[in-house]
Amino acid sequence: MSTRRFGERIERNADAALLRGEGSFIDDIDLPGALHAAFARSTVARAKLRSVDVSAAEALDGVVRVYTCENIGALDAPLPLLIPAPDLTHPKTQRPLARDDVFYVGQCIAMVVAVDRYVAEDAVRLIEIDYDPLPVEMDLDKAVMDDAPRVHPDVPNNVAGRFCVETGDTDAAFAEAEHVTRIRVRLERSTAAPLECRAIAARWEAVTGELTVWDSTQSTLSVRGGLASLFRIDEDKVRVIAPNVGGGFGQKIMMFHPDEMLVPLAAMELGRPVKYIEDRVENFIGASQERAQIHTLEIAAMKDGRVIGLRDDFLHDTGAFIPYGVAVALVSATSIAGPYRIPNFRVTFRPVYLPAVQVTPYRGCGRPHACYAIERAMDQLAGELGLDRFEVRRRNFIGKDEFPYLREGLIFADGLHVSHDSGAYEEALETLCRTIDVDGFRAAQAAAREEGRYLGLGLGFYVEGTGLGPYEGGHVKIHPITGKVYVNTGLTDQGQGHETVFAQIAAEQTGARVDDVIVVEGDTGAFEWGVATFASRAAVCSGNAIHMAAVKARAQIVEAAANMMECSQEDIELRDGAAWVKGTDRSATLAEIATATNPLRYAFNKPSASATQFAPASRHDGPQLAEGRTPGIEATDYYSPPHATWAFGAHAAVIEVDPELCTIEVRRYVCIHDCGRMINPTIVEGQVMGGIAQGVGGAFYERCEFDEDGTPLNANFMDFLMPYATEVPDVEILHSETPTPLNPLGVKGVGEAGTIPVAQVYASAVEDALRPFGIAPIREAPLTPDAIHRMLRQARKS
Amino acid sequence: MAGRIGQGTPPRPSPDPRVAVSMTVNGERIEREVSPRMLLSDFIRHELRLTGTHVGCEHGVCGCCTVIIDGHAGRSCLAFAVQADGAEIRTIESVAGPDGSLHPVQRAFRECHGLQCGYCTPGFVMAIVDYLEGNEDPDLSDDAIRAVLSGNLCRCTGYKNIVAAFRRSAALMRGAG
Repeated sequence: MSTRRFGERIERNADAALLRGEGSFIDDIDLPGALHAAFARSTVARAKLRSVDVSAAEALDGVVRVYTCENIGALDAPLPLLIPAPDLTHPKTQRPLARDDVFYVGQCIAMVVAVDRYVAEDAVRLIEIDYDPLPVEMDLDKAVMDDAPRVHPDVPNNVAGRFCVETGDTDAAFAEAEHVTRIRVRLERSTAAPLECRAIAARWEAVTGELTVWDSTQSTLSVRGGLASLFRIDEDKVRVIAPNVGGGFGQKIMMFHPDEMLVPLAAMELGRPVKYIEDRVENFIGASQERAQIHTLEIAAMKDGRVIGLRDDFLHDTGAFIPYGVAVALVSATSIAGPYRIPNFRVTFRPVYLPAVQVTPYRGCGRPHACYAIERAMDQLAGELGLDRFEVRRRNFIGKDEFPYLREGLIFADGLHVSHDSGAYEEALETLCRTIDVDGFRAAQAAAREEGRYLGLGLGFYVEGTGLGPYEGGHVKIHPITGKVYVNTGLTDQGQGHETVFAQIAAEQTGARVDDVIVVEGDTGAFEWGVATFASRAAVCSGNAIHMAAVKARAQIVEAAANMMECSQEDIELRDGAAWVKGTDRSATLAEIATATNPLRYAFNKPSASATQFAPASRHDGPQLAEGRTPGIEATDYYSPPHATWAFGAHAAVIEVDPELCTIEVRRYVCIHDCGRMINPTIVEGQVMGGIAQGVGGAFYERCEFDEDGTPLNANFMDFLMPYATEVPDVEILHSETPTPLNPLGVKGVGEAGTIPVAQVYASAVEDALRPFGIAPIREAPLTPDAIHRMLRQARKS
Repeated sequence: MAGRIGQGTPPRPSPDPRVAVSMTVNGERIEREVSPRMLLSDFIRHELRLTGTHVGCEHGVCGCCTVIIDGHAGRSCLAFAVQADGAEIRTIESVAGPDGSLHPVQRAFRECHGLQCGYCTPGFVMAIVDYLEGNEDPDLSDDAIRAVLSGNLCRCTGYKNIVAAFRRSAALMRGAG
């Protein structure tokens, strides 16, 4: 009887096709006659280009065109700075194809278009590139020194800008403090590594002047806007489609990787479809990366553990360019206080150019960095004051009755203020403590030490500003023939299950079955207002917009059904794809209602016959579509959040460390997560678990390594250690549901959350396990067996 | 900007020589002439248009391209098409019934939310189908399952639900419903 769909564990609509191998990823799209692109990329981190000779490549059979900066016309210019900011005083963006200089290994120098990828790659190897190498500094600390080699000659100290955010009176807090804790932490560069690399295909229809681009992107609408601008084509003639996208994790929010402009250019110039399918090595050297920061953080505390102030100064590796502005670093800066009151703090930071591929958001986007810094500091504070690690956190949490908690003066990455809208932080920690059984663990730890085994308990608390604006839209329509509900929004899906949760939201209002809701997104031809999938915002922004549109559609359905069945609107209930007169067996299907509200001239089936001009049911004296009415059942609405809504959670793990092999074994991992009201708990758990797995990578395995010359050392899956099923622990996921008052559905974002605290949890646990050895505090992520070995050796020496 | 240079002029073809290959793919006899350096994964995807087999790393680490070659799960990105001459190959497209009804392993993945983006999924399904069809009494302990799955990377799920799907697959294949 229940028509409730919101909040239920519903299987995903998208799965059957993907499981049968019928997905439609970019390279699965058959474009007859397509040509294939491959890139010649810099093998040197920083160099002057003496010459680029493409003659041998051009002469190769099967090669159609070789592009360099000399023959791409107006595209030979720096790419757009996507997010300008006043303090970003030295912004640099790359050119699609290098001119005169190269700035990182992997930078595109030439693009070959050929009959197939094999020939295109042969031709790439025939391109002769003569470099005049320049000195580089790959160390983030050293790169800001006065005598460090510059990535860009006109950027002193390699600093793209100097930023400061502050709330309260930090200096007064430090003057009043009874205790100051200082730490310095370092996070290494990593990469999203979606299993489908980046990919793009383009087709130009010369007859109609239409450009169609299939792009494995998180932002079809922004790519369309950019292409319309770059090629001076009206928006209605550019269609960008992201079909199935094999993971994004932020890497695919960055737009105008060079191929995204050059492939459409080639398709337009050569009159054939052109495809570029990035390979794995290219994904490591040519696609955005993230994570490296060095924080020097001080917290001003009272002896009872209350933190009254914080100062943080950090360096942010932005790579050779900064096309996405300071989004990542700004999120770090404004998230630094975590779930704690800390009423006074000042964060200064400098984005630093290093001769490596650009940095743009990767799942977490600055939050794992901030979480690691503050949580490591809280652990240290607890140690210095002789307090329990859990207790020091309890004494600083924003209390349940203190929401909304505004951090006066801070501006978040959406340009709006930082205000924690709702939460139950202490309650979450209590649940976590109870579940992991802290006292029981201490006994087990002591017993294990007797046997020469070393167990540690780690914990990490995080908050996440989610659901950033500016806005998204929702369009809901009932198909008159099939009665299915057709839903659109401007987002793209990379596996998050939008097609299911948005269907649940629409079904909840319209009474349709969830599998009778068709969700089409990722296609600028289907819906053309909105922004993109990023910042854990899909459920918040599009979810609420679709909800609001569906509420309107529901009102239309109820009114029309009441008219059709001659009853009052209060007597109508919607369920099972139909409107029912309560307490009777009289009903009208959604198809019939959608048809009846759409005056017809022609009949296609029985219901539509009743909507034609001479049918008794549609007799009118005046216009058949009354003034002010729109045909059928259809509504559109938009949701624009007042500011980010803050999700939160806490993780704890029991980890055993083998001090001989320096390996670790996760014995138990518990996560409690709160993203407000859950639309589909199964999907929430999937997002949290996937996030944790990526966090595990960043905690113990993954980092992009470079030699002193700037050459990547592990740009492949053999050497970049992504966790398999054997490395990711089973996780007990607990839910807390604190609705947000900010949006009608009460939902917060969940996409990135799991990733945020994992490096802290591992560091905290390993530190706890190795306490008997007297190791120095852990200050680096990822940890590695090497690092554990080094710490143990140092401890033995001292 | 939108010129028509080259339009209508067929490009010079690839200079690669062609070699005849024949194999059985999903029960169907296939004969083609291909470049001797064409990867088996590209042959399956681009020559046969069986695009459910995906390519994630091109060097045999991620397992996205897993197919069953002569009764054993193998990586189609690590073989040339010509090496599969005479072989019998099964791809993800053969797993569901002709009417599209899902195989127990596929049903289990759906029931357990064992997939998100779906890119690695066909590789996992092929590895699990191969394992469970060849093991009447599989070890369903967590460690054993994770060991079987340890040749395939997934970046979305964190594996928890794939482990659950493995266990559920085994139950469904034994007829539990």
